[in-house]
This record gives sequence, structure tokens and C-alpha cells, in this order.
Amino acid sequence: MRRSMLFLPGNTPNIIINGDELGADAVILDLEDAVSPSEKDAARILVRNAIKLLKFEKSEVLVRINSLDSEYWKSDLAEIVPLKPDVIMPPKMSCAADVQAIDSYITELESRLGIENNTVKLMPLIETALGVENAFQIATASRRVCALQLGGEDLTADLRCKRTKEGNEIDYARKRLVCAARAAGVDAYDTPFTDVNDDEGIYADAEYAKSLGFTGKASISPRHVAAINQVFSPSQEDIDYAYEVMEAIRIAKEQGRGAISLRGKMIDAPIVARAQQTIAMAEELLMMAGGRYE
Amino acid sequence: MTKIVRRAYAGTIESSDVYVELEPCDCGIDIQIESVVLKQFGDAIRGVVSEMLQQFEVESAKVKIVDRGALDCVIRARVEAAIKRGEGEQI
Repeated sequence: MRRSMLFLPGNTPNIIINGDELGADAVILDLEDAVSPSEKDAARILVRNAIKLLKFEKSEVLVRINSLDSEYWKSDLAEIVPLKPDVIMPPKMSCAADVQAIDSYITELESRLGIENNTVKLMPLIETALGVENAFQIATASRRVCALQLGGEDLTADLRCKRTKEGNEIDYARKRLVCAARAAGVDAYDTPFTDVNDDEGIYADAEYAKSLGFTGKASISPRHVAAINQVFSPSQEDIDYAYEVMEAIRIAKEQGRGAISLRGKMIDAPIVARAQQTIAMAEELLMMAGGRYE
Repeated sequence: MTKIVRRAYAGTIESSDVYVELEPCDCGIDIQIESVVLKQFGDAIRGVVSEMLQQFEVESAKVKIVDRGALDCVIRARVEAAIKRGEGEQI
């Protein structure tokens, strides 16, 4: 389960070594924007060693590689794929062919290294206007794709508009991305909220993303992780209602009743599906918290 | 054998990092270490650096280490990066 995904600069040891303690469900070790061109080689080695030798027990590990139009992406994959990271995040994915180029090289590496095919998953980062328009094709371009991630900063540059805190300029992209991801049967992750000092704004931004159907949200600051986790966790009220729904279903089945109502509302298939999702998530959170729901 | 043919460095002097500088020489391996935890971990740092030099078959180099409390995996990464930046063709 990923509610929060925290970007960590790939060439900064004092941040990476604490990555597992920052509360995020996933950390994204970044070889792209956070690393200057002259340090790409050193960051690649550091990230490889971190995955190999540090214990990430609380956070899943993703690696953002450099873009296809750079000279670095193949070296990034060659260094990182042998470590079998949970997910690779390729940036600036604009069409199915972009994903297939990455897929093809990972397949070559997996074969060469004797790693089972399709072990390494992909989370394409969509941050161009073309990528937004091709989101469904991107999500279905490879069996490796497990989710789509929206990148608001590069996208607004491509759209030639200003990135604002309100986010009206990325509203279409957010909705289109969620719809494409859900249609493809994969998860969708929202762009980071970039004002790291706005502790209130992150709640509103994450709430809005959740209301659109996003699975979770990326972050560039550890300060935002707790808010994101809270927003993307089911509330106690949601959990109680979900158990009530499932109990009502059980009783109705016992009594041989077809139509079921709860609190004056008809319980239909989508409500049951939502209740099951809520319970599954609550149980996963319970396990993560060592048996105590937080 | 890997020959260090140019002065090369990797890492920084920021907290939890280590600065590694390599210089070509014909005098074998000469490791100088400066560390905030030299008394406690000087020998361990020297051991890790020596191991990395051996792994990459570097037989001759002046090595300067400025440690800021780096973990083993960070020291290994920085030494490797410095070797790759300073190496010439394999002999």
C-alpha cells in the first residue's frame, strides 16, 4: 500500500540513510532532477549501495531514473535493475513507445542477469501535455506498469502556464490521469504539493486528490508525509460503516433477502466494493502498525 | 590492475558523507584519514577503503579521506566513484 511517496535526492547520504524513518509508505530515490549532471555517476553508485546495504523495512523503494532524452537512463537501469528495486519511475513518459523502450531494456537486463521477467515494475511519470493525452496508452503499454504518477511542475511548463497552489491549471490532467489509470486497472498518484512550509495547504491539496480517486500522493518534503498518510487512510467512521455494510450483507443473505438497506440507503454492488476496499486497507494499516490501528 | 591516471574526487564534506580524493603515484597505497570519529572508527574506515582499492585492483594511489560520519555503504560508494573517475585503461 502506498499512500505517501517521498522523493529523496539520490546523491545526499544524510537524507537517504534516514529514508526508512520518515514515515512514508514509499521513498523515491531520485537520480534525475535532484542530481546535477556532474554527479550522476556518483549518485548512481550511492543509490545502488543504499538499496543493497541499507535496510528499508518500513518504506518501499522506488528509483526515479533519468529521462529517455538524456544520456543517462541506460546506465541508471544497468546499475539499479540488478538490485531488483520495487519500482522504477521513468520521467517524461509521453507515449506507449517511451514505456516500451524502457521495458525492452529492462527485459534485456533481467534476461542477462537471470532475473525473472517482469520482476521490476514501472510507474511512468506523466508530466507533458502529450503524456496526459496518451495516459491510457502509457498505462497499458507494458505489463510492468503498476501505476501512473502525475508531475505537475514540468507539466505546467509544457502547458505554458504558471503552477499555482490552487492547481486549477492541472485539474484536467489530474482527472484524466485518474480515469486512464483506473481504466487500465493500475493505481494513480498525485503530484507533490510544492509549498513545503504550508502545513495547512497540504491537507486541502491531498483531500482534493483523494476526492478525484488518486491512490496516494508524492511529496518532496518529509513535513508533508504525515498529512498525506492521514488523508489517504480510511477514517474510523469509514471503517465502522464498511463493517456495518458487510454485516448487513451477511444478515440479508442468511434471511434470503435480495434488497438490502442500511441507514435508509440501498446497499448496491459499488457500495459493497467500496466497503471491501476500506476494510482491506484498514487491515493492511493494522498490520503495518503491529496490530494497532492508527 | 586499475591505474589511477588523474586526480579524482567524489563525495562532500557534508554530514554523513565522506570526501575521497585520489592522486596518481608510484609509491603503493598511501591513505590519509581525517574524521570526526577517527579514534573510534579510524581503523574501520581504513579497512573499508583498503578493501575497495583491492576490489578494483588499485595498487598505487595517494588517498585522502575526509569523513563526516559516513556509513560503510557511503564510504564504499564514494571510493568506487573516485576510482572510476580517476582510472585509466585497465592494465
